[in-house]
Amino acid sequence: MSALLKVEGVSKRFRGLVAVDRVSFEVVEGAIFAVIGPNGAGKTTLFNLIAGDFPTDGGAMTFAGDPLDGLTPDQVCRRGIARTYQIVRPFPALSVEDNVIVGALMRLADVDAARSRAHEVLRQLDLYDKRQRRASSLTLPDRKRLEVARALATGPKLLLLDEVMAGLRPTETDRMVAVLREINRATGMTILLIEHVMRAVMALASHVLVLHHGAAIAEGPPEAVVRDPAVIESYLGVETV
Amino acid sequence: MKRLWDPIPLRGRVVLVALLAALLIAPAVLDRYLISIFVLIFYFTLVGQAWNLMMGYAGQLSLGHALYAGLGGYVAALLWFYFGIGPWLGVIPAIAVAMAFGAAIGWLGFRFGIEGVYFALLTIAFAEFTRIAFDNMAFTGGAGGLFLLYEPKRAHEWWNLRGGPLLFYYLSLALACGATALTAWLARSRLGYQWVAIREDQRAAMALGIDVFRAKMIAVLISAAMTAVGGVMLAFYYNSLFPAQAFDISRSIEMILGPVVGGLGTVFGPIVGAFILTPLGEGLIAVTDKLGIGVPGVKAVFYGLTLMIIISLRPDGVWPWLKRLIGLEAA
Repeated sequence: MSALLKVEGVSKRFRGLVAVDRVSFEVVEGAIFAVIGPNGAGKTTLFNLIAGDFPTDGGAMTFAGDPLDGLTPDQVCRRGIARTYQIVRPFPALSVEDNVIVGALMRLADVDAARSRAHEVLRQLDLYDKRQRRASSLTLPDRKRLEVARALATGPKLLLLDEVMAGLRPTETDRMVAVLREINRATGMTILLIEHVMRAVMALASHVLVLHHGAAIAEGPPEAVVRDPAVIESYLGVETV
Repeated sequence: MKRLWDPIPLRGRVVLVALLAALLIAPAVLDRYLISIFVLIFYFTLVGQAWNLMMGYAGQLSLGHALYAGLGGYVAALLWFYFGIGPWLGVIPAIAVAMAFGAAIGWLGFRFGIEGVYFALLTIAFAEFTRIAFDNMAFTGGAGGLFLLYEPKRAHEWWNLRGGPLLFYYLSLALACGATALTAWLARSRLGYQWVAIREDQRAAMALGIDVFRAKMIAVLISAAMTAVGGVMLAFYYNSLFPAQAFDISRSIEMILGPVVGGLGTVFGPIVGAFILTPLGEGLIAVTDKLGIGVPGVKAVFYGLTLMIIISLRPDGVWPWLKRLIGLEAA
């Protein structure tokens, strides 16, 4: 299998702070790949670099063989990378359905076709019954689901999920894990996720990258990574294992 | 058309058809003065829809829309004045010039990330320097204004927009209906969804693959074109143009009050707003004159007070409330 996303020696500095420090990794097509690490490790910055929110200070990124560098967020999305935000950004005054239609309209020019696509996605994420509600009236877990639904509706090849489990109850987490796994299995969609909830990471990811102070300190299958002494010391804590 | 018609509930269709029928036959019972008020209502519906597309849908605040109306009016009037080119033809270059100015404002604003209030200042600046330029250009009549002559022998050349109040009544009604249909169609289109997404959260819109610059530019261009059409009509209705009036900021404010009062980002808000504000303004003139307190400024004070009351009572606009009241939407 070939690498869908290739990140090579990518760095990002904010004034004196090195937020992302020469990080390299490859996400194989069809994989579920998790990025973990303590707060401030540079995970979201890494996502923002991939999504085109700001330029890198070195290194290279390719998606399906084409360079990603220098693209704007909308261009990145049209290439087939959809992302969610850690701090959710629904369109507050729009209905749940209309939020997702906006996503679906990226590939579909016709609003009716986009609506049926939106309904499909809303059913997958258990939001169909709430489709007429204003997005601003949703609870946080529902907003997280909406964020995922909207990104999914764009029909991406690669889905970037920034802490979509945070704030969910264990049963809701399990449900989200099941949904993501099903999407990955059924459509072969590649998923790259930032996650703190280790329960979800262990259940979902086939591959884990650990960031600490902006640098990659470990990488591999989840079972191996959680036993890595460096990871235990910097992130998981001794008592976890 | 079917796609615009289908989502309207039965009761709404009845109201809409009845209202339109009433407006079509109304001139039979209206006097000249009332007809002139309706022309203004329809004019403000047209330009209100135009401004609503930009602000209510795409979320871009323009406080200089008088620019497009003034440019449209001047271009068509000058073509008629110098070359005898009628407004049906003249409206095309009028639209083109307004769109060119819109493109310049949009490009400067959106390319360099000038947002919100600063963008609004940019639109005011363009309207103001255009006013100053027209004040000082001899071929446009300068500050003294441009007058279209009344020629009795051409009084019935409707194809040159030479005609009485009735002609302008039906023309402005048609334009208002056209602008409303266009708004309804755009609001349900892919572009309409992109606009509201940008209005709600520009960054999230971008992350969903929306070319924000392009969508905002299209909003400005369509809005400028529609406003220019209104300007052309008004120029031939009044037969005179003065830079100090055509490009004044108070003209721009007049245009935006209707949609604000009626309901931003709704298809019927600008209509409701125009139907409230125009008679209100005219009514205040009549009342203050009758009471003998027609001191300059009195009308503006009452007008302002009424506006404050309406906006404080219905901050989302009158239309969303009216819609529930007449049972077009579940409460």
